[in-house]
Amino acid sequence: MNKQDDNISGVCTPAVGEAGKTGDWTEMKPVIDPAKCTPSVKGKPSCFLCWLYCPEGVVSMTIPVSIDLDYCKGCGICAEECPPNAITMVRKERGRE
Amino acid sequence: MSDVRIITGNEAAALAVTLCEPQVVAAYPITPQTKISELLSEYVERGTLKAEYVRVESEHSALSVLIAASTTGVRTFTATSSNGLLYMHEQLHWAAGSRLPIVMCCVNRGVAAPWSIFNDQQDSMSQRDTGWIQLYCRNNQEIIDTVIQAYRIAEEVYAPVMVCYDGFILSHTMMPVEIPDAAEVQNYLPPYRPHTFLDPERPRTINPVFFPWRRQNADGVLCDGYMEMRRKLQKGLEKARDVIAAASRDYAERFGRDHGGLFWTHRVEDADIILTGMGSIAAEATLAADLLRDEGVRAGVVGIRSYRPFPLELPPVLRNARLIMVFEKCFSYGYEGGVASDLKASLYGTGVEAPVIDVIAGLGGRDVKTADLLGAVREALKSLEAGDRACRTVWLNCREEE
Repeated sequence: MNKQDDNISGVCTPAVGEAGKTGDWTEMKPVIDPAKCTPSVKGKPSCFLCWLYCPEGVVSMTIPVSIDLDYCKGCGICAEECPPNAITMVRKERGRE
Repeated sequence: MSDVRIITGNEAAALAVTLCEPQVVAAYPITPQTKISELLSEYVERGTLKAEYVRVESEHSALSVLIAASTTGVRTFTATSSNGLLYMHEQLHWAAGSRLPIVMCCVNRGVAAPWSIFNDQQDSMSQRDTGWIQLYCRNNQEIIDTVIQAYRIAEEVYAPVMVCYDGFILSHTMMPVEIPDAAEVQNYLPPYRPHTFLDPERPRTINPVFFPWRRQNADGVLCDGYMEMRRKLQKGLEKARDVIAAASRDYAERFGRDHGGLFWTHRVEDADIILTGMGSIAAEATLAADLLRDEGVRAGVVGIRSYRPFPLELPPVLRNARLIMVFEKCFSYGYEGGVASDLKASLYGTGVEAPVIDVIAGLGGRDVKTADLLGAVREALKSLEAGDRACRTVWLNCREEE
């Protein structure tokens, strides 16, 4: 047989970005206001409900909380769940994000 | 020294599987396939087949189990019929798209409704576009030999192979079958080398969603996308044409039996009346051709062994034909029989001008005797001699509506 083509089926490496960036699917992106976000306000690990609810696992459990917009699909669940309403969904500018 | 046994087609298939030593077998019983799954479970229980036998709750699960097993790099087998095959339909696409060399026997049976347990080939024919190679057998010897060849073909082109044979007519009929020597089968069938497989040391994600365009992987390397994968599947099946022919030739050299590669012929050299078909009806057609020869009609038979990939070499064989009769046990509703469609398409622009008469026969197990085939040929010849050169579809042994 000739040299084996190891790309004849949909086999990927489990790694961030292996399936392509999914962040450009969305029209809206979450923006966090650190003045309202509980971990930032209290200065210690707390709340993190956005991290818990995010279906894409793109929210970090850090202070301040950050969201990886390369893979955020803009569903808005974090904004919906945030108790102090620290997260706002804002319209992305086409072609720039 | 040869080991000849008088066995059914299902036993021939089960013995062939044992000789190929799959590591995982998963099957769900359905008439007329049931005996294969029963025999294989017996062989596993007895220890003559060292495989994991997975008892599943459905055909969809049977093929799902094999897809998972094959993805870990082992040889696998299943068998089914009729509505069982249809229940597997989604997984047929998954197996082919994942380029897994799974081998399955489809013991051909009519498809409901109305309910039928009897033979025709509607089940496998309706799976034409799933990316599986389809080989059709005409007798029990060909079943045992074709299952062995199927593993070699599947593992060389990385595509699944469906070995199809007629329910009851072959599956439950006993014939003398020469059992190939186990050591010789080992020589003929090299150990399976998977193209990619799941390995805890090298974690892989299999078949995530693919976007319409080619994709960059995490290392920034541009990888093939969905459309390239699909094209490679077609390339694989195109390559299978040579692989099927070579597998058959090599088998003939080692075991002394040549069933043909993609097709076989019977008395076609000077024939101008060609009878074609797949499976046992094509074997029946050889008897009809011999009887026509006795009457001075120059008849011959072209048996199609590989339906997918479809043989491209038929036009030269049919060059001198005045009349082509296709006998087939399936139908594409709203048009005509699938074999006739493909055969006519393959003749387009090749200069073969003979009318093609598509004879739909034996649906739901309706008996097809040699005399019935002869009658259809005589009828077609009469029309031809009266100057009617139209292609048409005829339903054999079927009451016509008033």
